[in-house]
Amino acid sequence: MSRSSKELYVKKIKNGTVIDHISAGHALDVLKILGIDGREGHTVSVAMNVLSEKQSKKDIVKVESRELAPGEVDKIALIAPGATINIIRDYEVAEKTRVKLPDVIKGIIRCANPSCVSNAGEPVEPRFTVERTDPLKMRCYYCARIMEKQDVLKQFYA
Amino acid sequence: MSPKPVFAGKDIVSVRDLSREGIDHILDVAETMEPLAKSGSDMLRGKIMATLFFEASTRTRLSFESAMSRLGGTSLGFSETKGTSVEKGENLADTVRVVENYADVLIVRHPLEGAARMAAEFSKIPVINAGSGAEEHPTQALLDLYTIRKARGSIDGTSVGLIGDLRYGRTVHSLAYALSQYKVNLFLISPEILRMRREVLEEVSNRVHVKESTSLRELLPELDVIYMTRIQKERFADLAEYEKVKGSYRLTAQELSKARKDSIVMHPLPRVDEVAPDVDNTKHAKYFEQVWYGLVLRMGVLALVLGAA
Repeated sequence: MSRSSKELYVKKIKNGTVIDHISAGHALDVLKILGIDGREGHTVSVAMNVLSEKQSKKDIVKVESRELAPGEVDKIALIAPGATINIIRDYEVAEKTRVKLPDVIKGIIRCANPSCVSNAGEPVEPRFTVERTDPLKMRCYYCARIMEKQDVLKQFYA
Repeated sequence: MSPKPVFAGKDIVSVRDLSREGIDHILDVAETMEPLAKSGSDMLRGKIMATLFFEASTRTRLSFESAMSRLGGTSLGFSETKGTSVEKGENLADTVRVVENYADVLIVRHPLEGAARMAAEFSKIPVINAGSGAEEHPTQALLDLYTIRKARGSIDGTSVGLIGDLRYGRTVHSLAYALSQYKVNLFLISPEILRMRREVLEEVSNRVHVKESTSLRELLPELDVIYMTRIQKERFADLAEYEKVKGSYRLTAQELSKARKDSIVMHPLPRVDEVAPDVDNTKHAKYFEQVWYGLVLRMGVLALVLGAA
Protein backbone atom coordinates (compact mmCIF):
# COMPACT_ATOMS: atom_id res chain seq x y z
CA MET A 1 0.00 0.00 0.00
CA SER A 2 1.45 3.37 -0.94
CA ARG A 3 1.80 6.16 1.57
CA SER A 4 -0.75 8.36 -0.19
CA SER A 5 -3.42 5.71 0.05
CA LYS A 6 -2.81 5.48 3.81
CA GLU A 7 -3.46 9.17 4.11
CA LEU A 8 -6.89 8.62 2.59
CA TYR A 9 -8.12 7.33 5.93
CA VAL A 10 -9.38 10.85 6.41
CA LYS A 11 -10.12 13.32 3.67
CA LYS A 12 -7.91 16.40 3.30
CA ILE A 13 -9.32 19.58 4.75
CA LYS A 14 -9.34 22.98 3.12
CA ASN A 15 -8.83 25.22 6.14
CA GLY A 16 -8.42 24.31 9.77
CA THR A 17 -6.21 22.20 12.02
CA VAL A 18 -4.87 18.67 11.84
CA ILE A 19 -3.66 17.27 15.13
CA ASP A 20 -1.50 14.30 14.32
CA HIS A 21 0.53 11.80 16.38
CA ILE A 22 -1.91 11.85 19.27
CA SER A 23 -1.22 8.97 21.67
CA ALA A 24 -3.45 6.11 20.48
CA GLY A 25 -6.84 6.14 22.15
CA HIS A 26 -6.73 9.81 23.18
CA ALA A 27 -8.37 11.52 20.19
CA LEU A 28 -11.65 11.94 22.03
CA ASP A 29 -9.82 13.40 25.04
CA VAL A 30 -8.21 15.96 22.74
CA LEU A 31 -11.61 16.97 21.39
CA LYS A 32 -12.93 17.16 24.94
CA ILE A 33 -10.23 19.48 26.23
CA LEU A 34 -10.62 21.68 23.16
CA GLY A 35 -14.34 21.87 23.94
CA ILE A 36 -15.28 20.46 20.54
CA ASP A 37 -18.41 18.35 20.74
CA GLY A 38 -19.54 18.43 17.10
CA ARG A 39 -22.36 20.88 17.69
CA GLU A 40 -20.20 23.78 16.48
CA GLY A 41 -21.15 22.83 12.92
CA HIS A 42 -17.58 22.37 11.56
CA THR A 43 -16.55 19.14 9.95
CA VAL A 44 -14.55 17.11 12.48
CA SER A 45 -12.83 13.87 11.51
CA VAL A 46 -11.36 11.45 13.99
CA ALA A 47 -9.12 8.52 13.13
CA MET A 48 -8.11 6.19 15.93
CA ASN A 49 -5.44 3.53 16.16
CA VAL A 50 -3.98 4.43 12.78
CA LEU A 51 -0.62 2.84 11.96
CA SER A 52 2.04 5.53 11.76
CA GLU A 53 5.08 5.44 9.51
CA LYS A 54 6.98 3.92 12.41
CA GLN A 55 4.30 1.23 12.57
CA SER A 56 3.08 2.33 15.96
CA LYS A 57 -0.53 3.29 16.59
CA LYS A 58 -1.66 6.87 16.79
CA ASP A 59 -4.82 8.96 16.59
CA ILE A 60 -5.51 11.88 14.27
CA VAL A 61 -8.05 14.68 14.63
CA LYS A 62 -8.96 17.07 11.81
CA VAL A 63 -11.04 20.13 12.53
CA GLU A 64 -12.31 22.16 9.62
CA SER A 65 -12.44 25.97 9.80
CA ARG A 66 -10.75 26.31 13.18
CA GLU A 67 -7.17 27.26 14.03
CA LEU A 68 -5.88 26.47 17.51
CA ALA A 69 -4.77 29.20 19.89
CA PRO A 70 -1.42 28.82 21.78
CA GLY A 71 -3.17 28.06 25.12
CA GLU A 72 -5.03 25.23 23.42
CA VAL A 73 -1.79 23.79 22.13
CA ASP A 74 -0.43 23.65 25.70
CA LYS A 75 -3.55 21.83 26.82
CA ILE A 76 -3.03 19.21 24.14
CA ALA A 77 0.58 18.79 25.25
CA LEU A 78 -0.68 17.76 28.66
CA ILE A 79 -2.41 14.65 27.39
CA ALA A 80 -0.75 14.01 24.01
CA PRO A 81 2.92 14.97 24.44
CA GLY A 82 4.02 13.72 21.02
CA ALA A 83 1.29 15.41 18.99
CA THR A 84 1.93 17.71 16.03
CA ILE A 85 -0.32 20.58 15.08
CA ASN A 86 -0.73 21.38 11.40
CA ILE A 87 -2.51 24.56 10.51
CA ILE A 88 -4.04 24.09 7.06
CA ARG A 89 -4.84 26.97 4.73
CA ASP A 90 -6.19 26.27 1.28
CA TYR A 91 -5.30 22.56 1.48
CA GLU A 92 -1.65 23.34 2.29
CA VAL A 93 0.18 23.02 5.61
CA ALA A 94 0.75 26.66 6.54
CA GLU A 95 2.30 25.98 9.95
CA LYS A 96 3.51 22.82 11.57
CA THR A 97 4.48 22.62 15.23
CA ARG A 98 5.16 19.84 17.64
CA VAL A 99 3.42 20.42 20.93
CA LYS A 100 5.80 21.10 23.77
CA LEU A 101 4.99 21.31 27.42
CA PRO A 102 6.56 24.33 29.05
CA ASP A 103 8.59 23.64 32.23
CA VAL A 104 6.03 25.59 34.20
CA ILE A 105 2.31 25.46 33.46
CA LYS A 106 0.26 28.42 34.58
CA GLY A 107 -3.45 28.97 34.62
CA ILE A 108 -4.79 26.36 32.21
CA ILE A 109 -5.68 23.75 34.81
CA ARG A 110 -6.52 23.66 38.51
CA CYS A 111 -4.78 21.71 41.24
CA ALA A 112 -6.55 18.40 41.87
CA ASN A 113 -6.13 18.86 45.61
CA PRO A 114 -9.33 20.44 46.97
CA SER A 115 -7.38 21.58 50.05
CA CYS A 116 -4.79 23.45 47.99
CA VAL A 117 -4.57 27.19 48.64
CA SER A 118 -4.77 27.78 44.87
CA ASN A 119 -8.37 26.50 44.96
CA ALA A 120 -9.43 28.79 47.78
CA GLY A 121 -10.23 32.08 46.08
CA GLU A 122 -6.82 33.62 46.83
CA PRO A 123 -5.41 35.97 44.17
CA VAL A 124 -3.05 33.35 42.71
CA GLU A 125 -2.93 31.46 39.46
CA PRO A 126 -2.55 27.67 39.65
CA ARG A 127 1.05 26.84 38.79
CA PHE A 128 2.73 23.50 38.16
CA THR A 129 6.27 22.36 37.57
CA VAL A 130 6.50 19.67 34.90
CA GLU A 131 8.71 16.87 36.25
CA ARG A 132 8.07 14.40 33.42
CA THR A 133 6.20 14.80 30.14
CA ASP A 134 5.41 11.19 29.16
CA PRO A 135 3.74 9.85 31.16
CA LEU A 136 2.80 13.22 32.54
CA LYS A 137 3.89 14.09 36.06
CA MET A 138 3.69 17.60 37.39
CA ARG A 139 3.80 19.11 40.84
CA CYS A 140 1.69 21.92 42.22
CA TYR A 141 3.93 24.87 43.09
CA TYR A 142 1.83 25.60 46.16
CA CYS A 143 0.82 22.31 47.80
CA ALA A 144 3.40 20.03 46.07
CA ARG A 145 0.66 17.55 45.10
CA ILE A 146 1.56 15.42 42.08
CA MET A 147 -0.82 15.56 39.12
CA GLU A 148 -0.93 12.99 36.35
CA LYS A 149 -2.77 12.66 33.06
CA GLN A 150 -5.93 11.23 34.61
CA ASP A 151 -6.11 14.15 37.07
CA VAL A 152 -5.98 16.57 34.14
CA LEU A 153 -8.60 14.66 32.14
CA LYS A 154 -10.97 14.53 35.11
CA GLN A 155 -11.19 18.32 35.05
CA PHE A 156 -12.40 18.38 31.49
CA TYR A 157 -14.91 15.56 31.95
CA ALA A 158 -16.32 16.96 35.21
CA MET B 1 35.12 23.78 53.24
CA SER B 2 32.02 24.96 51.42
CA PRO B 3 30.48 28.20 52.68
CA LYS B 4 27.70 27.85 55.23
CA PRO B 5 24.18 28.09 53.83
CA VAL B 6 22.69 31.55 54.31
CA PHE B 7 19.23 31.79 55.84
CA ALA B 8 19.00 35.51 56.62
CA GLY B 9 15.84 36.87 55.02
CA LYS B 10 14.84 33.44 53.71
CA ASP B 11 11.55 31.58 54.18
CA ILE B 12 11.24 28.18 55.80
CA VAL B 13 8.26 26.76 53.94
CA SER B 14 9.12 23.15 53.20
CA VAL B 15 11.92 20.79 54.12
CA ARG B 16 11.99 19.96 50.42
CA ASP B 17 13.65 23.34 49.93
CA LEU B 18 16.49 22.44 52.31
CA SER B 19 19.71 20.68 51.40
CA ARG B 20 21.46 18.35 53.81
CA GLU B 21 24.06 21.08 54.43
CA GLY B 22 21.24 23.49 55.19
CA ILE B 23 19.59 21.13 57.65
CA ASP B 24 22.91 20.34 59.35
CA HIS B 25 23.62 24.05 59.70
CA ILE B 26 20.21 24.68 61.31
CA LEU B 27 20.83 21.81 63.75
CA ASP B 28 24.30 23.17 64.57
CA VAL B 29 22.86 26.61 65.28
CA ALA B 30 20.13 25.02 67.44
CA GLU B 31 22.89 23.40 69.48
CA THR B 32 24.33 26.83 70.27
CA MET B 33 20.89 27.94 71.46
CA GLU B 34 20.67 25.39 74.26
CA PRO B 35 22.59 27.47 76.85
CA LEU B 36 20.75 30.63 75.72
CA ALA B 37 17.39 28.91 76.22
CA LYS B 38 18.33 28.55 79.86
CA SER B 39 20.08 31.87 80.46
CA GLY B 40 18.09 34.08 78.10
CA SER B 41 19.63 36.36 75.47
CA ASP B 42 19.06 39.69 73.79
CA MET B 43 20.10 38.42 70.37
CA LEU B 44 16.74 39.41 68.84
CA ARG B 45 16.04 42.50 70.95
CA GLY B 46 13.84 44.91 69.02
CA LYS B 47 12.65 42.23 66.62
CA ILE B 48 8.96 41.39 66.35
CA MET B 49 7.48 38.05 65.39
CA ALA B 50 3.88 37.89 64.13
CA THR B 51 2.03 34.61 64.54
CA LEU B 52 -0.80 34.14 62.05
CA PHE B 53 -2.55 31.01 63.27
CA PHE B 54 -5.60 30.30 61.15
CA GLU B 55 -5.90 26.90 62.75
CA ALA B 56 -5.91 26.14 66.44
CA SER B 57 -2.60 25.20 67.99
CA THR B 58 -1.24 25.54 71.45
CA ARG B 59 2.18 23.97 71.60
CA THR B 60 3.62 25.15 68.28
CA ARG B 61 2.56 28.71 68.94
CA LEU B 62 3.78 28.65 72.54
CA SER B 63 7.05 27.15 71.38
CA PHE B 64 7.62 29.92 68.83
CA GLU B 65 6.59 32.62 71.30
CA SER B 66 8.82 31.23 73.99
CA ALA B 67 11.72 30.95 71.52
CA MET B 68 11.29 34.59 70.49
CA SER B 69 10.99 35.74 74.05
CA ARG B 70 14.11 33.88 75.20
CA LEU B 71 16.08 35.64 72.49
CA GLY B 72 14.83 39.03 73.68
CA GLY B 73 12.28 39.62 70.90
CA THR B 74 8.55 40.19 71.13
CA SER B 75 5.49 38.56 69.59
CA LEU B 76 2.08 39.60 68.40
CA GLY B 77 -0.61 37.87 66.40
CA PHE B 78 -3.73 35.77 66.62
CA SER B 79 -4.33 32.14 67.46
CA GLU B 80 -7.79 31.79 66.01
CA THR B 81 -9.60 33.68 63.29
CA LYS B 82 -12.56 34.63 65.49
CA GLY B 83 -12.81 38.39 65.79
CA THR B 84 -10.18 39.08 63.11
CA SER B 85 -10.57 40.52 59.62
CA VAL B 86 -10.26 36.96 58.34
CA GLU B 87 -13.69 36.30 59.76
CA LYS B 88 -14.92 39.26 57.70
CA GLY B 89 -13.76 37.42 54.60
CA GLU B 90 -10.26 38.80 54.12
CA ASN B 91 -8.05 36.46 52.13
CA LEU B 92 -4.65 35.22 53.26
CA ALA B 93 -2.77 37.29 50.69
CA ASP B 94 -4.23 40.52 52.12
CA THR B 95 -3.70 39.47 55.75
CA VAL B 96 -0.03 38.84 54.97
CA ARG B 97 0.41 42.18 53.21
CA VAL B 98 -1.09 43.98 56.19
CA VAL B 99 0.65 42.17 59.04
CA GLU B 100 4.11 42.22 57.44
CA ASN B 101 4.19 45.94 58.19
CA TYR B 102 4.05 45.25 61.92
CA ALA B 103 6.71 42.55 62.21
CA ASP B 104 10.10 41.21 61.12
CA VAL B 105 9.09 37.58 60.67
CA LEU B 106 5.77 35.82 60.04
CA ILE B 107 4.85 32.45 61.50
CA VAL B 108 1.93 30.98 59.54
CA ARG B 109 -0.29 28.07 60.39
CA HIS B 110 -3.18 27.49 58.02
CA PRO B 111 -5.61 24.64 57.25
CA LEU B 112 -4.94 24.83 53.50
CA GLU B 113 -2.03 23.08 51.83
CA GLY B 114 0.40 25.42 50.13
CA ALA B 115 -0.75 28.33 52.32
CA ALA B 116 2.73 29.07 53.66
CA ARG B 117 4.19 28.94 50.14
CA MET B 118 1.63 31.47 49.00
CA ALA B 119 2.14 33.66 52.07
CA ALA B 120 5.88 33.69 51.32
CA GLU B 121 5.14 34.78 47.78
CA PHE B 122 3.27 37.84 49.00
CA SER B 123 5.41 38.67 52.02
CA LYS B 124 8.45 40.94 52.01
CA ILE B 125 9.62 39.52 55.37
CA PRO B 126 10.59 35.88 56.05
CA VAL B 127 7.77 33.38 56.47
CA ILE B 128 8.10 30.27 58.61
CA ASN B 129 5.58 27.52 57.99
CA ALA B 130 4.11 26.32 61.28
CA GLY B 131 1.88 23.74 59.62
CA SER B 132 -0.06 23.92 56.36
CA GLY B 133 -3.06 21.56 56.31
CA ALA B 134 -2.04 17.93 55.97
CA GLU B 135 0.97 18.97 53.90
CA GLU B 136 4.02 19.97 55.92
CA HIS B 137 5.35 21.11 59.25
CA PRO B 138 9.03 21.80 58.64
CA THR B 139 10.13 23.03 62.08
CA GLN B 140 8.63 19.90 63.62
CA ALA B 141 10.69 17.76 61.22
CA LEU B 142 13.81 19.73 62.07
CA LEU B 143 13.29 19.34 65.80
CA ASP B 144 12.70 15.62 65.24
CA LEU B 145 16.03 15.35 63.44
CA TYR B 146 17.65 17.32 66.23
CA THR B 147 16.19 14.91 68.80
CA ILE B 148 17.53 11.89 66.88
CA ARG B 149 20.95 13.50 66.58
CA LYS B 150 21.04 14.34 70.29
CA ALA B 151 19.91 10.88 71.34
CA ARG B 152 22.05 8.85 68.97
CA GLY B 153 24.94 11.13 68.10
CA SER B 154 24.19 10.88 64.39
CA ILE B 155 21.24 10.61 62.04
CA ASP B 156 23.13 8.51 59.48
CA GLY B 157 22.93 4.78 60.03
CA THR B 158 19.60 4.92 61.85
CA SER B 159 16.54 2.72 61.21
CA VAL B 160 13.50 4.91 61.65
CA GLY B 161 9.91 3.68 61.86
CA LEU B 162 7.15 6.23 61.20
CA ILE B 163 3.98 4.79 62.65
CA GLY B 164 0.28 5.68 62.49
CA ASP B 165 -1.36 8.23 60.21
CA LEU B 166 1.08 8.64 57.35
CA ARG B 167 -1.53 9.98 54.97
CA TYR B 168 -2.82 13.04 56.77
CA GLY B 169 0.00 13.50 59.28
CA ARG B 170 1.93 16.56 58.11
CA THR B 171 4.76 16.00 60.56
CA VAL B 172 5.57 12.62 59.03
CA HIS B 173 5.53 14.05 55.51
CA SER B 174 8.09 16.66 56.44
CA LEU B 175 10.10 14.21 58.52
CA ALA B 176 10.25 11.61 55.73
CA TYR B 177 11.54 14.24 53.30
CA ALA B 178 14.10 15.44 55.81
CA LEU B 179 15.28 11.95 56.77
CA SER B 180 15.78 11.09 53.11
CA GLN B 181 18.71 13.52 53.06
CA TYR B 182 20.54 11.12 55.41
CA LYS B 183 21.65 7.51 55.20
CA VAL B 184 18.70 5.92 56.97
CA ASN B 185 16.42 2.93 56.63
CA LEU B 186 12.85 4.08 56.64
CA PHE B 187 9.98 1.87 57.80
CA LEU B 188 6.52 3.22 57.08
CA ILE B 189 3.96 1.49 59.28
CA SER B 190 0.29 2.38 58.92
CA PRO B 191 -3.19 0.98 58.33
CA GLU B 192 -3.79 0.40 54.60
CA ILE B 193 -6.04 3.47 54.22
CA LEU B 194 -3.51 5.72 55.94
CA ARG B 195 -0.48 4.78 53.85
CA MET B 196 2.15 7.42 53.12
CA ARG B 197 1.12 9.83 50.37
CA ARG B 198 2.35 8.75 47.00
CA GLU B 199 4.23 11.95 46.19
CA VAL B 200 6.20 11.69 49.42
CA LEU B 201 6.80 7.97 49.00
CA GLU B 202 8.04 8.33 45.41
CA GLU B 203 10.50 11.06 46.21
CA VAL B 204 11.78 9.55 49.43
CA SER B 205 12.24 6.02 48.05
CA ASN B 206 14.49 7.43 45.34
CA ARG B 207 16.97 8.38 48.02
CA VAL B 208 16.74 5.91 50.90
CA HIS B 209 15.65 2.33 51.51
CA VAL B 210 11.93 2.27 52.35
CA LYS B 211 9.77 -0.56 53.57
CA GLU B 212 6.02 -0.27 54.01
CA SER B 213 4.08 -2.45 56.43
CA THR B 214 0.91 -2.59 58.50
CA SER B 215 2.55 -4.39 61.42
CA LEU B 216 4.45 -2.54 64.12
CA ARG B 217 4.90 -5.71 66.17
CA GLU B 218 6.78 -7.40 63.35
CA LEU B 219 9.16 -4.51 62.72
CA LEU B 220 9.65 -3.23 66.26
CA PRO B 221 12.90 -5.19 66.86
CA GLU B 222 14.46 -3.56 63.76
CA LEU B 223 13.88 0.05 64.78
CA ASP B 224 16.27 2.53 66.38
CA VAL B 225 13.67 5.28 66.30
CA ILE B 226 10.01 4.49 66.96
CA TYR B 227 8.13 7.56 65.80
CA MET B 228 4.51 7.25 66.88
CA THR B 229 1.76 9.56 65.60
CA ARG B 230 -1.85 10.13 66.49
CA ILE B 231 -4.54 9.07 64.09
CA GLN B 232 -6.15 12.47 63.63
CA LYS B 233 -9.91 12.34 63.88
CA GLU B 234 -10.21 15.92 62.57
CA ARG B 235 -8.70 15.01 59.18
CA PHE B 236 -11.32 12.36 58.35
CA ALA B 237 -14.27 13.45 56.24
CA ASP B 238 -15.94 10.11 57.01
CA LEU B 239 -16.03 9.27 60.72
CA ALA B 240 -16.85 5.63 59.99
CA GLU B 241 -13.42 5.37 58.37
CA TYR B 242 -11.85 6.85 61.49
CA GLU B 243 -13.60 4.33 63.72
CA LYS B 244 -12.10 1.50 61.65
CA VAL B 245 -8.51 2.57 62.18
CA LYS B 246 -8.40 4.38 65.52
CA GLY B 247 -6.37 2.51 68.05
CA SER B 248 -4.50 0.58 65.32
CA TYR B 249 -1.20 0.91 67.17
CA ARG B 250 -0.68 1.05 70.88
CA LEU B 251 2.81 1.00 72.28
CA THR B 252 3.21 -0.16 75.88
CA ALA B 253 6.21 -0.66 78.14
CA GLN B 254 5.70 -4.39 77.77
CA GLU B 255 5.76 -4.19 73.96
CA LEU B 256 8.99 -2.23 74.24
CA SER B 257 10.74 -5.16 75.87
CA LYS B 258 10.95 -6.56 72.32
CA ALA B 259 12.51 -3.37 70.98
CA ARG B 260 16.22 -2.60 70.69
CA LYS B 261 17.66 -1.62 74.07
CA ASP B 262 18.86 1.76 72.86
CA SER B 263 15.82 2.51 70.69
CA ILE B 264 13.99 5.76 71.30
CA VAL B 265 10.26 6.51 71.23
CA MET B 266 9.26 9.84 69.75
CA HIS B 267 5.87 11.49 69.26
CA PRO B 268 5.00 14.97 67.94
CA LEU B 269 2.25 15.23 70.64
CA PRO B 270 -0.55 15.47 71.49
CA ARG B 271 -0.97 11.74 72.00
CA VAL B 272 -4.21 9.92 72.67
CA ASP B 273 -3.70 6.23 73.35
CA GLU B 274 -0.99 5.24 70.88
CA VAL B 275 1.74 5.55 73.52
CA ALA B 276 0.68 4.16 76.89
CA PRO B 277 1.55 6.26 79.97
CA ASP B 278 3.74 3.44 81.29
CA VAL B 279 6.19 4.16 78.44
CA ASP B 280 6.87 7.62 79.96
CA ASN B 281 9.08 6.21 82.67
CA THR B 282 11.17 4.01 80.40
CA LYS B 283 14.53 5.18 79.06
CA HIS B 284 13.08 4.90 75.55
CA ALA B 285 10.71 7.84 75.99
CA LYS B 286 11.99 11.01 74.30
CA TYR B 287 8.77 12.86 73.54
CA PHE B 288 8.99 15.38 76.32
CA GLU B 289 12.63 16.05 75.51
CA GLN B 290 11.44 16.65 71.94
CA VAL B 291 9.41 19.59 73.26
CA TRP B 292 12.56 21.16 74.74
CA TYR B 293 14.49 20.52 71.55
CA GLY B 294 11.61 22.13 69.66
CA LEU B 295 12.17 25.30 71.62
CA VAL B 296 15.92 25.48 70.95
CA LEU B 297 15.42 24.52 67.31
CA ARG B 298 12.91 27.34 66.82
CA MET B 299 15.27 29.76 68.56
CA GLY B 300 17.87 28.69 66.02
CA VAL B 301 15.53 29.12 63.06
CA LEU B 302 14.39 32.56 64.21
CA ALA B 303 17.98 33.69 64.79
CA LEU B 304 18.95 32.44 61.34
CA VAL B 305 16.16 33.99 59.27
CA LEU B 306 16.49 37.26 61.18
CA GLY B 307 20.21 37.32 60.40
CA ALA B 308 21.42 37.09 63.99
CA ALA B 309 23.11 33.69 63.71
